[in-house]
Amino acid sequence: MATISAEHETDASVQDTAPEAVVVRFAGDSGDGMQLTGGQFTLSTALAGNDLATFPDFPAEIRAPQGTLFGVSAFQINFGSQEITTAGDAPDVLVAMNPAALKVNVQALKPGGLVIVDTGEFSKRNLEKAKYESNPIEDDSLAKWDVLAFDISALTLEAVKPFGLGNKEALRCKNMWTLGLALWMFDRDRQPLVDWLKNKFAKNPVLADANIAALNAGHAYGETAELAGPLKKLHVDPVPSEAGLYRTITGAEAVSLGLVAGAQLADLPMFFGGYPITPASAILHNLVKMKEFGVTTFQAEDEIAAICAAIGASYAGQLGVTSSSGPGIALKGEAMGLAIMTELPLVIVNSQRGGPSTGLPTKTEQSDLYQAVYGRNGDASLPVVAARSPGDAFECAIEACRIAVQFMTPVMLLTDGYIGNASEPWKVPDPASFEPFPVSFLEKNNNPGGNVLPFKRDARGVRPWIKPGTEGLMHRIGGIEKGIDTGNIDYAPQVHQAQTDARKAKVDGVAAAIPPQDVCLGEESGKLAVVGWGSTFGPIHQAVRRARRKGMDVSHIHVRHVWPLPANLGDLLKGFDRVLVPEMNTGQFKTVLRDQFLVDATPLSKTSGQPFAIAEIEEAIATYFDGIPGHAEGEVPVNETQLPNPEA
Amino acid sequence: MNDMTPIETTLKDWESDQEVRWCPGCGDYAILKAVQRTLPMIGADPKNTVFVSGIGCSSRFPYYVESYGFHTIHGRAPAFATGIKLANPDLDVWLVTGDGDGMSIGGNHTMHVLRRNVNCQIMLFNNEIYGLTKGQYSPTSRTGTNSPTSPVGSVDRPALPCAFALGSGARFIARGYDVSKDLPEVLKAAHAHQGAAFIEIFQNCIVYNKDRFDDFTQKKVAADTQVWCNDGEPLLFVKGTKGLALDHETLSLKVVDVVDGDWQAAGVMVHNVKNRGLAHMLVEMPFGPFPMALGVIYDDPRPTFESEVVAERAKLIDGKTADLGKLLAKGQTWTVEEKDAAHGLMD
Repeated sequence: MATISAEHETDASVQDTAPEAVVVRFAGDSGDGMQLTGGQFTLSTALAGNDLATFPDFPAEIRAPQGTLFGVSAFQINFGSQEITTAGDAPDVLVAMNPAALKVNVQALKPGGLVIVDTGEFSKRNLEKAKYESNPIEDDSLAKWDVLAFDISALTLEAVKPFGLGNKEALRCKNMWTLGLALWMFDRDRQPLVDWLKNKFAKNPVLADANIAALNAGHAYGETAELAGPLKKLHVDPVPSEAGLYRTITGAEAVSLGLVAGAQLADLPMFFGGYPITPASAILHNLVKMKEFGVTTFQAEDEIAAICAAIGASYAGQLGVTSSSGPGIALKGEAMGLAIMTELPLVIVNSQRGGPSTGLPTKTEQSDLYQAVYGRNGDASLPVVAARSPGDAFECAIEACRIAVQFMTPVMLLTDGYIGNASEPWKVPDPASFEPFPVSFLEKNNNPGGNVLPFKRDARGVRPWIKPGTEGLMHRIGGIEKGIDTGNIDYAPQVHQAQTDARKAKVDGVAAAIPPQDVCLGEESGKLAVVGWGSTFGPIHQAVRRARRKGMDVSHIHVRHVWPLPANLGDLLKGFDRVLVPEMNTGQFKTVLRDQFLVDATPLSKTSGQPFAIAEIEEAIATYFDGIPGHAEGEVPVNETQLPNPEA
Repeated sequence: MNDMTPIETTLKDWESDQEVRWCPGCGDYAILKAVQRTLPMIGADPKNTVFVSGIGCSSRFPYYVESYGFHTIHGRAPAFATGIKLANPDLDVWLVTGDGDGMSIGGNHTMHVLRRNVNCQIMLFNNEIYGLTKGQYSPTSRTGTNSPTSPVGSVDRPALPCAFALGSGARFIARGYDVSKDLPEVLKAAHAHQGAAFIEIFQNCIVYNKDRFDDFTQKKVAADTQVWCNDGEPLLFVKGTKGLALDHETLSLKVVDVVDGDWQAAGVMVHNVKNRGLAHMLVEMPFGPFPMALGVIYDDPRPTFESEVVAERAKLIDGKTADLGKLLAKGQTWTVEEKDAAHGLMD
């Protein structure tokens, strides 16, 4: 049964010419396998040579009650023939596996977009659970969109009938049926999926065959239905990119690989202490499988033990790493202070999520910046590096390892739920292209004739790393304030003053060992700089690009080294009349910029647990040029609520 | 202990140049000396020895021993020790903690280091009081303890460290006290045990809980109130005139009189360090009606955590080579040819 509603005017050109980019969202119950469907669609998209970005959006409940609004899990992919940096704003196509998925997602769809629904799930009971008073397929509430409604459940059952599965198992193949249809729509090759299914169900070939049959049936349905309705094959041309070998990568994978690469470049075994927490657990899962690279993983009894064991390993001469999300990072705070005080290398990965407290475990936010930069007792500064995208997380992880061992300091690496879960095509780097930074431990007494001086600093203020087990270098370290050079307990006033200054100077000095800040799009000075950090890169970049095409004098600056900030950043920002800082928090980086440079930075906040839409940033940029009444186009408006310009 | 060549040292070699700063008369001095006496006896090597502590009076200990030392944060020493042992299983790790550090704020980590069976010695100095913070009652303080935070006597029931350790899966439990001349023997046994060795050391806090353990540590009462657990020997006290026997009706211990040294006739039990049930009964005997059980109460080794981790790792990496280039290119990949690639595509 195919019900088609197309009362609105369709734009035929959308279907007949190759679009630049298409946004597809798969939505269903959290048990419907939507994340799996999306993940496989991503892979096929990448294999087709399209650039892409994804946004998985799932509930915190593992299996929320079936058919409910809060149990809806969605996966969005934006792919196309242009460079893609965001998961897209409004979807062009929505695949809704039940009424709840339709209700939660349909309003996001572009007018004229395509909705595919499984009528098999539109029972009275399910409509009630989704709080629909009447069946949206039958009333006119979906008139804005093309609706393709048919009984996917029945079609799937029919397709897998020969394999003799039980009803429940057979219906589990629905996601593959839907995927088959999606592959047809976008002219994707089915073979990689067939291979993947055979491999996944190697121990149960019947399940593999049933899923492949469902996949093929969905694909075949597309062929057949093409003539009948709005379902037209959409071919998206491959994006031309730099020559080389590519794969898809999620942020969690990139962090894991980057940490392994970082430890290898430092010529150290790596110790990873972790405690399960969403969305950081994936890093621990990945590293467990990389032990041939000298990786030891330790699933600790809690977040505190995870970091303490990692510090213990660093003390014993390995590269200690721990990872968590905001609430877990809060628990690790005291131990971070100890690593700062004892000046031991450590990498702390924070996959940020919505907060405070438990907050939004599966949603994304950038609200742990204050926690990273300021969130410890005492004057406890540590370097902070922030990844802008899944692929960028690889280089940032290496950078965090480098700073940690070169400066004998804990370093925090910030990612977020979006970066962690999202995937993008990644040009596989050549390990030889990274400069090694091998560590040398102190082997000989640095104070001949006396006791070793474990806190004797070099010109950069860095102390030597001494491994227990080294002959003649026995010494004691701890969290109590320590004497100059000796490390012996000493809390004389002048000693605490000198050591506080030395610790601060050491971390400030990292600024001299990082690249100067660049402008990633636009001029080095001008009317407006849009300054971002972390996963807002994609929407900011696209918004700035679009604004520049319209002739606006706007540049995009994206900061990787959030603390200490690059030495040239202050001067760079002062070259712009205005500074706009879009962040998925209430304006934390804005505060840091104002504090460090006395620049008139204006926040653009979003804390809905969803990434910025390009349009949101575009609108904010436009207000600086023509958006405020009384100001001629192109003139920078004065915003009375802003701080006075210190330069004025 | 690890398979290390024994090193010849003297007590002096284990004294650091740091001035010891406990209160005069503190039991910690005696424990420090006992440890410094034990280390030469076991052939310990200063360069491979690491003392790890949390926070509290006892946790200053590492500063005073001429070896490697790490004074960490409150309650977390077991987690640091676990990381150290996993990073370098050859290091000989001694953990120093107290009743507050190890049973209160760090109770969780004490449990897990024991159940994992990390090969280290855990010395818990039990003085039944918070000393460093000026005398508040602790998780091992007896009910009714007067302190600044319990002016009419504490109402909490105390925890039993050894019972807690057994319940956590410890494979070695011993007890001693600060001024006991036998403490080095207990420490030696703990060190010889492969795995987590838990030693509760009763320690006199001269300032805030003075003479709390006098009723069994005083010389004049020691023989009547201490039963020393020696593997294969009967559980006797009061110069062999009393012993511990099993009450078959209640499945608990009872004190019996021994006439003319015939402990067998009296039904006195022979101590067996591998008998877990007996260990439970010995550590839970209420003092007063029963003597205080001291010495090695339980010693039944199991494979250590770090050896299991090493074995697991060997299994996981069997046949794999560490090729970073291959790792990075894992999974489904595709190649973009030079002719297809666009340069300077974007503005």
